[in-house]
Amino acid sequence: MADETKNPETVTVTIDGVQIEVPKGTTILDAAARVGVDVLHYCYHEGLSAPAQCRMCLVEVEKAPKLMPACVTTVADGNVILTQSEKALKSREGTLEFYLVNHPLDCPVCDQSGECKLQDYVSEEGRAMGRLREPKRVFGRDDFGGDVLYEGDRCIMCTRCVRFMREVAQDERLSIVSRGSRNVIDTFFDEGLGGNIWADNVIDICPVGALVSKDFLHKARAWDLDRVPSVCPNCSQGCNITLQTRDNEVMRLKPRPNEEVNSFWMCDYGRLNYSWINRKGRIEAPLVREGGRMVPMSWSDTLLRLAEAAKVASGGVRAVVSPFLSNEDLGAARRLVDALGGGEGVYRSAKGEEVVLPGFPALALREDRAANVKGAELFGFTRTGDGAGKGGLEVAGAHGGVLVVVGDDLEDAPADFGAGAGLFVYVGHVLSPAARNAHFVLPATTFAEMEGTFTNVNYRVQRFWPALQVPGMARPTWQVLGVLLAGLLGGAVPATPEQAFEGLAELRAEFSGIRYADLGAHGRPLPQLGQLAEAAGD
Amino acid sequence: MAYPYSHPSEVRILSKYFGDPEARTLKGWEARGGYQGLRKALGMERGDVVNEVKTSGLRGRGGAGFPTGVKWSFMPKDSGKPHFLLCNADESEPGTFKDRELMRWTPHQLIEGCLIGAYAIQASHAYIYIRGEFFEPAQILARAIEEAYAAGYAGKDVIGSGVTLDITLHLGAGAYICGEETGLMNSLEGRRGEPRVKPPFPAVSGAFAKPTTINNVETLCTVPHILTNGGAWYRQWGTEKSTGTKLFCVSGHIARPGNYEMPLGFNFKEFLYDVCGGIPNDRKLKAVIPGGSSVPIMAADEIDVPMDYEGFVAAGTMLGAGSVIVMDETTDIIRQVGRMVDFYSHESCGQCTPCREGTTWASKIYRRIRAGFGTEDDLQTLLDISDNMTGKTICVLSDSCAAPIVSSIQKFRDEYLAVVERSEPVVAEIA
Repeated sequence: MADETKNPETVTVTIDGVQIEVPKGTTILDAAARVGVDVLHYCYHEGLSAPAQCRMCLVEVEKAPKLMPACVTTVADGNVILTQSEKALKSREGTLEFYLVNHPLDCPVCDQSGECKLQDYVSEEGRAMGRLREPKRVFGRDDFGGDVLYEGDRCIMCTRCVRFMREVAQDERLSIVSRGSRNVIDTFFDEGLGGNIWADNVIDICPVGALVSKDFLHKARAWDLDRVPSVCPNCSQGCNITLQTRDNEVMRLKPRPNEEVNSFWMCDYGRLNYSWINRKGRIEAPLVREGGRMVPMSWSDTLLRLAEAAKVASGGVRAVVSPFLSNEDLGAARRLVDALGGGEGVYRSAKGEEVVLPGFPALALREDRAANVKGAELFGFTRTGDGAGKGGLEVAGAHGGVLVVVGDDLEDAPADFGAGAGLFVYVGHVLSPAARNAHFVLPATTFAEMEGTFTNVNYRVQRFWPALQVPGMARPTWQVLGVLLAGLLGGAVPATPEQAFEGLAELRAEFSGIRYADLGAHGRPLPQLGQLAEAAGD
Repeated sequence: MAYPYSHPSEVRILSKYFGDPEARTLKGWEARGGYQGLRKALGMERGDVVNEVKTSGLRGRGGAGFPTGVKWSFMPKDSGKPHFLLCNADESEPGTFKDRELMRWTPHQLIEGCLIGAYAIQASHAYIYIRGEFFEPAQILARAIEEAYAAGYAGKDVIGSGVTLDITLHLGAGAYICGEETGLMNSLEGRRGEPRVKPPFPAVSGAFAKPTTINNVETLCTVPHILTNGGAWYRQWGTEKSTGTKLFCVSGHIARPGNYEMPLGFNFKEFLYDVCGGIPNDRKLKAVIPGGSSVPIMAADEIDVPMDYEGFVAAGTMLGAGSVIVMDETTDIIRQVGRMVDFYSHESCGQCTPCREGTTWASKIYRRIRAGFGTEDDLQTLLDISDNMTGKTICVLSDSCAAPIVSSIQKFRDEYLAVVERSEPVVAEIA
């Protein structure tokens, strides 16, 4: 490259024969990633400082006397970097052999097996046979408090967990104790990690099976899990997550990186609060009340009867919706309320203390412990009930006209809730005592069984995908209500989640600013309102 | 007053007053020409002090042998930040005991050197980081520092110059790795004593993330003499590249062990046999480690070399800290090397994997070989472990562990083979 064309802000380097121009100050590891070269590493993590101590990322830089740690060495113009040279390969093979000196090789009983970097790297580049003939040192197991269990023998001393607690959680509860090969990670005092709601992130970033979750302990093998990108439903932050399931059951939630929302992290409240997604006893068929009995019926018969009933209903509409519904569901509920003559709609949401992650303050466990409170408000529903998400149903429950309940399980509602309604439509998941008063019970899917979007606390719209099979004849709420609305008003039924999403623009102009296809796996801020929220935050 | 023995070939500059209790006191030290170097330095521009030390050719006595004046000149000019001078008194290298004696007998010599060094690098604060086990030298130094403050050599407005030079003694907690310069800085700051990744180098970001220079005790003790007598005066001893005198700590199978201050470039063989009195009990020399446990071992037929930085490098080893460990023909090399490997395994901080695991694994192999369960393959494994922990880590502790392993297997392979070929394993020994 001629000097006069040279950009002073960039340098040109060659990595494994591929030339690339990168900004000054780029590390070898990052530059290599740009040309598709994965430099093996343990201690380096994008969200943490780089101590360069695992010595896995040593690569050959031509003319340098020693191998250089790729994670902290910045590239210089004209560098020729070899990650696969004989020297680099020999170094990695040697270091991997060292990693196994005191490692118990208990993969058959280790939860990390199948997603373990030690397993991966040793099978890729390690020796076929170890040469160790000596006894290994033994630490055993240590309960770190909270959900975290430490298997000291598996630990490779990368210190990611120590650095996470120091730099991100900013609550130094972990430290290396002792020296040399007697090094072990330990907690201070009896409390350990218990009480810090970010602690489980250390399990995610542990490259081996040294830190494991008590909740997930021996529950499933990594290779048996199906992984679906989703959004954490447990607060309005909307952390990007992966729903990990086996045999149609959620086994665990794991954070999915999103620099705009949750970086690499999520809180333990959201992570461990998933049993409700696996709830059994779901409604599997539409039910229509005939006399005193609930009679299962086909969708077409049910919706035809419901449309007939709705056409003659009177007395105004009262609606109760759930902040766990998708934007598309909430939009459809709004349309139904409007189509039936309009009326008041409410939602209930539990509240709790906000807990900010100090090292990434954009992330917090939010006050609203439901994913789509902002969506519910956007579509004109107002908050009712108490801070536990209970109560507040007196007006709706005593309503004599049309009562529409969507998504709210009514578990705490009095047994006579809706008993006096002229028409009581219940769209939901389980048949609580109050739901039994409905004239029509329509089984709906949860967020984990369908495709859709949530709007988070900062008006960011994010997609989720189906991870579980639909129970019986249950259908997404937007689809059920869409068919019903077509029956009432005529017009087309949205055939796909995308069409349902595009239809939201008719209700809220902000949604015209984003296209479903552009949301991708990381979402987009809602135009205007999103900007308003930012300005308010400043 | 001989301490405990002086040889005519010695040139005693730093060690002149070893054994003289009066030299420990401020009055005694002043009577022996003390603090003249500091007075002279304070009358000079800081840059000229650096240049005087550059002229002398003084090289770091801690082991690396980097020219001291050049190191000082790396400090930024007018950085706007506080600068620090650190004195590395964490003398822990097996076989080394020169700094201990310098501090025990001539504490003011070191304090004066620290004050001059701090002045030269625009630092107003010097820290002496002293090894945790050095209770006696620490007490002596602490008393001497008090005296220096009382006499106005330290503190605000040092002897009327308007310059502030504070000096603080910091006792370590007993870790070899805290003698590594960046490990020392971490320890001084109250962190785990783990060496730091370089860059940034200490002159840019050292102790408390400020520009820092770190020098060995012996180096700083030499500085007052250079300032008093001039850089050119110091060059009258030694060679072109290794100027001046150096303390050698001699231990092991030697007739007169102890500290010897020799002009650099003196013949090593003559030193051992004449100055130190040779090998006692009419035994033959088997091997010698010339610079502390971290440097390669020399076989008996390799010792006819000059005792300077270049001479030992040409012989495939290093001058190091001048810690000469002598081993006669009765020495079990495997046991000696195994003992050193145990030391490095015990002292590894454990942050880098090759060092944490390599030193410990090698130590276990040595124990197994000595217990009678060695095989010839173990030698290749040991060499491979050594290669895998050389040049692979943040600091050179594991390189230091590898040096005696590799050099002993190269030079005493027969001895290893004799042990591993022993037919009947002795089961009782490993129980």
